[in-house]
Amino acid sequence: MHTFAELTIVFIILMDLALAVTGSLSSCIRLVALQGVVAGVLPLLAGHGAPHLRAVAFAAVIISLKGVIFPWLLMRARDRSGAGKDVEPLISYPASIMLCLGAFIASSWLGSRLPLPEANVAWIVPASLATIFTGFLLITTRRKAITQVLGYLVIENGIYIFGLALFVEQPMMVELAILLDVFVAVFVMGIAIFHISREFDHIDTAELSELSDWRRGEYGK
Amino acid sequence: MEIVKTLFQFLAAALLAPLLPGVINRVKAFFAGRRGQPLGQLYYDLFKLLLKTPVYSRTTTWVFKAGPIIGVASLVTALALLPFAGRPSFFAFEGDFIFLIYLLGLARFATVLAALDTGSAFEGMGASREMQFAVFAEPAFFLGLAALARVTGQPSLAGMFGALTGDTWRTAAPVLALLTASFFIVLLAENSRVPADDPNTHLELTMIHEAMVLDHSGPDLAFILYGASLKLWLFGALICSTVLPRHTGSWASDSALFLLMMFGVAAGVGIVESVIARLRLTKVPFMLITAFAFSALALIFQMGR
Repeated sequence: MHTFAELTIVFIILMDLALAVTGSLSSCIRLVALQGVVAGVLPLLAGHGAPHLRAVAFAAVIISLKGVIFPWLLMRARDRSGAGKDVEPLISYPASIMLCLGAFIASSWLGSRLPLPEANVAWIVPASLATIFTGFLLITTRRKAITQVLGYLVIENGIYIFGLALFVEQPMMVELAILLDVFVAVFVMGIAIFHISREFDHIDTAELSELSDWRRGEYGK
Repeated sequence: MEIVKTLFQFLAAALLAPLLPGVINRVKAFFAGRRGQPLGQLYYDLFKLLLKTPVYSRTTTWVFKAGPIIGVASLVTALALLPFAGRPSFFAFEGDFIFLIYLLGLARFATVLAALDTGSAFEGMGASREMQFAVFAEPAFFLGLAALARVTGQPSLAGMFGALTGDTWRTAAPVLALLTASFFIVLLAENSRVPADDPNTHLELTMIHEAMVLDHSGPDLAFILYGASLKLWLFGALICSTVLPRHTGSWASDSALFLLMMFGVAAGVGIVESVIARLRLTKVPFMLITAFAFSALALIFQMGR
């Protein structure tokens, strides 16, 4: 049974690599959604015996939120802000994939050093750390504001998988609170992106580095 | 008795290898709604070419004549290392997978030198591309074989594929699946198959492998074509032995299953060629970096197990 869980973990890591090389914004959104869905299914595979009704219901909530509502919100934000089709990375795609691989090596070393309880599925800690790193990579090396939301979601996926390494079933209240936070965050970020693009005609974060009404160069005029 | 069997395995591989391109072409023809060339077309071509007198340009030296011979000789040697249906070959020794990679490198080196010896601009271009893609393909292949050696704990090809069983798939399924994917991508790139190169185009500007052999003729071209089919057989056999590590115990049924799987792999290559378009030349390294990433992941997975 755990072979399936292990294959799922591999699938999640491959999606991290795919996120690092995907050049199209809409397929990035779809990949993040798919990763969220796969991570949501993971506790059902990793547990012992038949899952409880509570776990199934919770997985259903996660899947509908991450697989349907978030992509819809993000697609809407993309269309409304006129973000275009490309993710516009600051570093080349091969460099991204090499960074991702390096992150995986580092996180497998870190995962073997962390004093954690014995996880019942191999690779769950390195995979979660690598996913968190991929989220940071998306936030730091992509130019558009919408990819920062995507990176945030990827980090959330990573943290969720990391939680699975500790408890197969997390306390319900904690998880619901986190999900609510993420939902509100994506909602607010979608609105913020829309407002940024309406105010400045673009969502290029490189242009948003100064706290000023003027762009650089226009200041002294 | 064993030595007869291993010799028979070697001969079967050497004789059946030119059938694989035929299978690929038939599958492609089926997808395009054509009847396609006969399955044994490469045999007819080889026979025809072997009877012809080669033509040599006056600018070429002995390097040009030696290229195809060294190429085919190193590939035949590589074939002698290769296990057949999980059974060791007569030439197997410890650490022979490194020798295998060097033999493939030697074949490539000889072909590239012969191409440069012609002094033709197209051949130089083809040689440069071949080397550029080899830089990405070889680490992927080497890391893949290293991961396989690590999974099975065996330092020879025969040991690796002999130790692979259905149980290995149960315990190390992610690693083996990643390796299969990586080997398949390397197969497509190394044999100049579609996403990397189109074997049907004869436009020198876009060709990779074919551009290097434009000046060869007669028996030399036959050696090169035969070497290419041996290379296809070699990579196909590695994939088959990884995917289908069944040992039924009987030599005949193992071999029959293996041959069936080989034609399955060839059909798979044909399907890939029929359904996807070729990549832009600058994107080919991305594909090979993906294969490298798969191999590296498989190795990391295995190391931390």
